[in-house]
Order: sequence, then C-alpha cells, then structure tokens
Amino acid sequence: MQIRDLKRVFNGSVVAVGGVTFDVYEGEIFGFLGPNGAGKTTTISMLTTLLRPTSGTATVCGFDILKEPNEVRKRIGVVPQEYTADEDLTGYENIMFCADLYGIPRRISRERADELLKLVELESAKDRKVETYSGGMRRRLELACGLINHPRVLFLDEPTLGLDVQTRAAVWEYIRRLKEEYGMTLFLTTHYLEEADSLCDRIAIIDHGKIVRIGSPRDLKDSLGGDVIELGVQGAEDDLAQLISSVQHVKEVKRVAPSEYRIKSELGEVTAPMIIDALRSKGYRVSKISLTRPTLDQVYLELTGRSIREENGDRTQAMRQRMIMRRARM
Amino acid sequence: MSGLTNEEENAKLVQQARSAPAAGAKTSSTIISSSPYHGLWALTNRELKKWYKNPVILLLSLIQPVLWLGLFGKAMNFGAIFTEGGLNIPGLNIPKEVINQLGGMLMLNIFGTYDYFSFLAVGMLSFIIIFTAMFSGMSIVWDRRLGTLNKVMSTPVARGSIVMSKVISSVMRSLVQAAIVLVLAILLGMDTSHMSLLGVIGTFASLALLSFGFSAVFLMLALRSTNQNTQMAVVNLLNLPLLFGSNALFPANLMPEWLQAFVRVNPISYATDIGRQLLLGAGGMSSLAFDFAYLGAFAAVFSIVGILLSWRLLTK
Repeated sequence: MQIRDLKRVFNGSVVAVGGVTFDVYEGEIFGFLGPNGAGKTTTISMLTTLLRPTSGTATVCGFDILKEPNEVRKRIGVVPQEYTADEDLTGYENIMFCADLYGIPRRISRERADELLKLVELESAKDRKVETYSGGMRRRLELACGLINHPRVLFLDEPTLGLDVQTRAAVWEYIRRLKEEYGMTLFLTTHYLEEADSLCDRIAIIDHGKIVRIGSPRDLKDSLGGDVIELGVQGAEDDLAQLISSVQHVKEVKRVAPSEYRIKSELGEVTAPMIIDALRSKGYRVSKISLTRPTLDQVYLELTGRSIREENGDRTQAMRQRMIMRRARM
Repeated sequence: MSGLTNEEENAKLVQQARSAPAAGAKTSSTIISSSPYHGLWALTNRELKKWYKNPVILLLSLIQPVLWLGLFGKAMNFGAIFTEGGLNIPGLNIPKEVINQLGGMLMLNIFGTYDYFSFLAVGMLSFIIIFTAMFSGMSIVWDRRLGTLNKVMSTPVARGSIVMSKVISSVMRSLVQAAIVLVLAILLGMDTSHMSLLGVIGTFASLALLSFGFSAVFLMLALRSTNQNTQMAVVNLLNLPLLFGSNALFPANLMPEWLQAFVRVNPISYATDIGRQLLLGAGGMSSLAFDFAYLGAFAAVFSIVGILLSWRLLTK
C-alpha cells in the first residue's frame, strides 16, 4: 500500500488531511494514532474509496484508489467504528448479506461464513437476532463480515472502542489469529496506546492532518532518547561517568548524587546488565538499579502536545450518543 | 539427530500452515464475480427481510389509508346529498324516483361512479404508494447515520445498485400494501361490478410505475442528507399538497383552473385515472395510453437521474 501526498479539504477550507505520504508493507500490522480530528478516519475513508481525495493518490494492493476503485474494493475488508450489522437479522443472515455484496457464490460463501463464525466463536449464536448480541459479540460479527471476501488488506477503525478490558483483549486475540490464518495486511486506528504498542509492527502518529512520526513502537520510543537507567553504586568515590559511558548503547550519563547516576540508553534491558558487569569487573558494587522505558503515551504527548487520556471523555460520550441513536431507530 | 530433523520438519509445517491460507486467499479473490448487479438483489432482499420480519410496521402503515377509507370515504356521503335525503325542497313536489335518478346521474358525471367510497378507494391506492415512497428516503439516511452505507460502499457493489435496491424494495412493499388496501376496500363495500383481472393487473402496473418514480425522487432528496429530521420535514411538506393537488380525493374538473394545471402534472393523478378507468369503468381524465406513457416516462426519468446522482453524490 503506497500513499502519496494524499490530501483532503472539506468545504474548500477545512484541511482534514494535509498531504500524507507513507507506505504500508504487505503482511504487517500498521497502526494509525492521533488525537480526535487529526485525520485518521478521513485517511481511512480515502483508502477505502469512500472519500475522494482533493489531491494526491494512493495505491492499495497495487490498484489506484481513484482509477480502479472497484479493484481496490474487491481486495479490502473494512471493520468500521460503528456496529453496522442489522439488528433485525440474525448473525448468519448478516454475514451472508456481506458475502452477497461481494458476489461470492453461495456454495463458497456458506463454507466461509461457517468457518469465520467458528473462528470468532459465534457459531452457537449465529441464528439469533443481532439485537440480542453483546458489544463484544457484535464486534466479532463485524470482524467476520469484514473478512468474508478474504481481503488482502483489512481496515479496522477503532476496533475495540467502547469494549471492556476482557473483551478488548479477546478481540485482539481474534485479530491476531485472523492475521495468522489469512496472512493479510492490517491497517488500524486505535485509541489504546498499550494495544498499539504490543500489536503493531509500525505506527504512524498523525496530527493536524500531517504525519508527525512513523516507525516501529520501539523506534518511536527510542526517539525520545531511549530508556532511563537509574543506578546506585556503593563506594563510588571517583566519578564513574567515564566508565559507564564506555558501555555500548549508553548515550548520556549524569551524576545526580554522589553515588547515583542517571543514564540514558537505547535498549535499556540489554545495557543495564552490561553496566553492572562493567562496574563489577572494576570492583564496584551496584546497590540498586531501576529501568524506566518511555511509553508510547510519552511519545504521543511529546509529538501531539496532548495526552490521549484527555480525550477519552469525548469518546465515551460520542459512543453513548451512537447507542441512543440506535435505540431511537427501533 | 532425529530430534533436530523433527524440529526442522515442524518449522516447515508451521511455515506451510502459515503460507497456505494466504495462498488460498489469493486464489479466492479471483472467484469474485464482476457482475455489476450481484449486490442489487442482496440489498433489496435485506430491505424486504427487515420489513416482513417486522409485521407491526406493515400493520401500522396500513392503519392510515384504512382510516381514511373508513372515516373519510364513508363520512363524505356525497351520494346521500343528491338523493332524497339532501334534495328535499319544500313546496316542490318532485317524485322520489326522479330525485334518485338525478342524483345518480350527478354522481356518475362528477365521480364516474355511483358512490364516493369507491371513488376514494382508488385514490387511496395511490395514497399508500406515495406514503411508502416518501419514507424510502428515510432508510438511506439511517444507513448513513449508522455507518451501514459506508460499509456497503466499501464493497464492489455498484453505486447505482444501492439506490435501485431501495427503490425496488419500496415498490414491492407498496404494491403489497396497495393489494391489502384494495381487498379491505372491497370488503368495506367498494363497487366491484366493473372489475376484471386484467383491470386489476393494469392498475397495479400503473401503481408500480408511480412508486418507482416517487421512490426515486425521495431517495434522491435523501442521498446527501445526514439528518432524518430534514427528511421528515420534506415528507410532511409534500404530503398534503401532492395528495390534494391530485384527483385522488376529488375530481379535477371541478377544481379551479390553477389547481387543475397542477393536477395535470402530478403523476398521482395519472395512476388514479388508470385505476378509476380500469376498476370502476369511469370516464378518464385522459386516455389509458397517455396515462401509462406519462407514468412510464416519470418512472424512467427519475430512476435514471437517481442512478446518475448516486454516482456523483454517494462518493463525496
């Protein structure tokens, strides 16, 4: 997937996405992070051919989203933020509806529907109306629907929004399993940084319609200057800074107290034992050591100037509104 | 040593297991049919399923035309006005038979049939068509709000199919409703002396065309809309003028000139005219051929415009 200077302007003046350029490699899990209104959903909408870019273009699975949108649509799966399944229909009817939209012959779609429903553990509930499903079950049904055409790229827009911790974990487990099973590329936006951190191969942080940083979670965290090791050394009469900074990966050493050092380093978990060994070999005893790794939260805060936590209120509210709307429909 | 090969073999198996489904996925993408119509039936079927699985909605939608029929149709007893009950002039001793005959002729000349109830019953068939068509636009607003529309649009379904499926399902729904209304009207005393199977078929063909055109119109109005309140307002705004500005409730030739002009462009008038000619044997506003041609053109033009607009408007 190649995205080239993709730009979208609403109403002639509101720049939602101001020219983004990046690549997503085949088979990777690519995370898209950013505050509300940063342009995440707009970007996904353009890549899934729902919105026409104002300028620039992108290719998905080798097809141009502007010139051959139908070829793109055949090869992608979309799991939207909302629960889009029909409540009046059963889970099975919903998934077969999705299959029919892709024109998959009944013979194949029946087999696939059974297989997918089994995978997301909904087989026992497949003949129940969706209105009786819990949030987690609905999400899993959406996942199954998004996979019915065996997409090469699966787009997930906030797949765990509004789910409790256990259900979130379960959904991620399904996503991992699906990826293993079908070997596809995943493009997702999420609000939970821990999830992005543990799941994604690479992450792009987007703010004000621009990509501010892109890389693996590790790279992003290292960009903050690496891990921080705090060290207490017994009987450190001399300044040991020289000795410590000669250890591999160490970037910066500060003596914060007569016998305490604060070390910035890449690959902290590897460096810490090496520092201990180096000190021991010179006869010093390490009295205490602690390792603090930068979290993605810190990266996010540093790059966007906002903490992702501050926005959670908004999000829950939006979610609630959506629920009310759904009820009003009935 | 054997342990090592086992491990190697295992690794190989894992690799195979991982790559096999991927390869399968690749080949399976070639199965996808390229017919532009594959989604049309799926989408139509979805709408219909939601409808017939929820009989309450069907019943509710029938209440209004039946109330109109029962209350308005029976209360507006024009027939009685022109017979002995109404035409009783003191001092003039007109024989009953003369009055009744006069009244009968008056009714026949004005309404094309001897009782107003039958006249209105045909109008109600058009009414339920319009009513259903007006709300066909609502479903696309809901689909947009709930994200279903986006989901459907990210699949290779033709954009025109999205609109056409809603039009077709609306046509099918309203024809079933119209059939029920017709049966109820007959049970309530509609004149059946002129009815024939062919006449009923012809009437429903005209209703289908009317429904096609109006469903397309109201869907077009809703294509860009994200707010069901706007849609409701539009429906309420157009509801009565469309109905009263037609010959559904009252014969057009007794209306003032300016209103007649509107009645003559209102497609409802032509469907009702066909129904009255075929079901009641009434004299028409214009010839059957012209009525059908007008309705056919109306349905075709707005369906085509609807499909063209859906290409432009659905993808923003």
